[in-house]
Amino acid sequence: MAVAATTETGARPARAGRRLSAPAWVGTVPFLGYVAIFLLWPTGIVVVDALKNPNGAWAFSNITELGNPLVRGYFIGSFKLALISSLLGAVFGAILAYAVASGDPDGTVRRLYLAVSGVLAQFGGVTLAFAFLVVIGPVGLLFHASWFYSFPWGITVIYAYFQIPLMVLVFLPAIDGLKVQWREASENLGASAWQYWRHVGGPLLAPAFLGGTLLLFANALSAFATIWAWENQIAYIVPQQISIALSSEVGLSNVNVADLLALGMVIMVAIVMTGYALLLRRAARWLR
Amino acid sequence: MRSSYRFALAGVAAAALLAAGCSSSGSASSSGNGTSSAANWATETSASAGGGLNALIAAAKKEGTLNVIALPPTWANYGAILSAFTTKYGIKINSTLPDGTSQQEVNAVKTENGTAKAPDVLDVGQAVALANTSLFAPYKVATWSAIPAAQKEASGLWYEDYGGYMAIGYSSKFGTITSLNDLLGPKFKNAVALNGNPTSANAALNGVMMANLASGGTASDISKGVDFFSKLKAAGNFSPVSATGATIKAGTTPVVFNWDYLNLSSYVGVSNWKVFVPQGVALGGYYTQAINKQAPHPAAARLWEEFLYSQAASGGQNLWIEGGARPVEQLAMSNNGSINQAAAGKLPSVSGSPVFLTQAQNTDAAKYLAANWAKAVG
Repeated sequence: MAVAATTETGARPARAGRRLSAPAWVGTVPFLGYVAIFLLWPTGIVVVDALKNPNGAWAFSNITELGNPLVRGYFIGSFKLALISSLLGAVFGAILAYAVASGDPDGTVRRLYLAVSGVLAQFGGVTLAFAFLVVIGPVGLLFHASWFYSFPWGITVIYAYFQIPLMVLVFLPAIDGLKVQWREASENLGASAWQYWRHVGGPLLAPAFLGGTLLLFANALSAFATIWAWENQIAYIVPQQISIALSSEVGLSNVNVADLLALGMVIMVAIVMTGYALLLRRAARWLR
Repeated sequence: MRSSYRFALAGVAAAALLAAGCSSSGSASSSGNGTSSAANWATETSASAGGGLNALIAAAKKEGTLNVIALPPTWANYGAILSAFTTKYGIKINSTLPDGTSQQEVNAVKTENGTAKAPDVLDVGQAVALANTSLFAPYKVATWSAIPAAQKEASGLWYEDYGGYMAIGYSSKFGTITSLNDLLGPKFKNAVALNGNPTSANAALNGVMMANLASGGTASDISKGVDFFSKLKAAGNFSPVSATGATIKAGTTPVVFNWDYLNLSSYVGVSNWKVFVPQGVALGGYYTQAINKQAPHPAAARLWEEFLYSQAASGGQNLWIEGGARPVEQLAMSNNGSINQAAAGKLPSVSGSPVFLTQAQNTDAAKYLAANWAKAVG
């Protein structure tokens, strides 16, 4: 009796506690707070300051600056570089990922590739630029290549150095998801390799491939230090010009212009994201 | 490394956030934490007005710290100057962002306003100094009269400190350069670099201006300089790589347009390094000192200026000469005999009458570059 009572009283607070537990969304507060402070707030400031003049007054006419042929040139440069390097990275990364996936799942090759990809996907910036410089620069150890200075192709080759490994990392799980049985089933039904990829493998992998390409695109779009060290004296892409707008010591610095360029990049990413969403809807149509 | 720069958007946004945050709280905290001495050094305009140099030294020692910004130790002998100051007065120096630009110095003054880590003193290019005089405190060093009138602001808001002439430094493996057009020859493939982007860095703008003057252009019109670099690019000789001590040592940028005091073999760390200045082109440029009006260490800031403008054998002016730079009081020191003759004799000689860009010429050049540089070399 006494024992039972104890159990009863002992259990009650616990049960009551569970009933009073906070609603599920409370768990997301730290994340949402983080997003608000480090993403939404700064973005809001960028948007607001992009539409002001250096004295703090509203200047909506700033937006016409985005149509300035010079400024448009930086955006075209950014877009070209991001598009070319992400497409190259995605195609070669996907092929490499497929090659790795078709090997022994516990083999040395796979583990080696994953480890190397993990390191190289994060290898960039001044270190990467300098590495290329000493290996194939004007006084390179291997050979002397001057075409590396050409934009966008030269810098794309350097970007590929981190783009391809990143694609391997993000695309490999999708390929691993392709079941051998599906392939066997299609072969039993008389499908050729082409038909399997056209009707089964391809459609299954398309959303992951598009997502990976988008990630690579954003990665290249926002990369700054590599090209800054490599093409220091000429601005080709928007982040370089943002840096100049922030730090020019010859009288061309203007924080509002930097904000405007950043706003332009936000718009650019928004357009690309929309395109991605439309493509994805089409690519994943059969899933629904 | 890359990841820290990767999100340009976030970076810009964060900078904007800092700027916004600080401008709203800007005037809230004044830095004068009332020293016990009679003088309030934050507003004194000379050492004598505040009770003499000894009173200034005592107040500065009490503060114990000096914040400097964008002073590379290998630039114009700043490494030796910083340690000489600390040795002499026992004042600790916080040196931040050694490779920063003048604009970043001003940005730091604004964003860190009111905090203990705000820069006390600035060493900035002329254009940036003239655009930001409202941030500076007027102060006249003891040797004020030795600074030529054209090289200081009358009330002491800013005063030029040291300078030099534009020169082309190059590896002796190229033989001897005798004219600017030599650089268009095939042996200079991918070899010729500026010190930065001319729409951003002062030294690079002056590099283009020097090519302009050597090509028959005038200080008011930089277009011939841009044309020269366009030809250089077409010849395949322009190197867009950022020229630093490391790239010069590695041999990646064997020809660099830069100030003569940055083109010394002792600075670039390469022994076979030669300097060429085109005949009759003496394009000079001086940097400018100023004290942050809201300096967290007002006495130490003023003592630092007194030290920099001291004509003593181990004072700032002679230390600059030892670093290959030309101190602003050089003429006065030659006349009164306080100059380090041996070091002064080693300064590269230039021919022709010196040209210094006026503010208007600087602005015009920057505007022309903003519109045409990328097209010319892209």
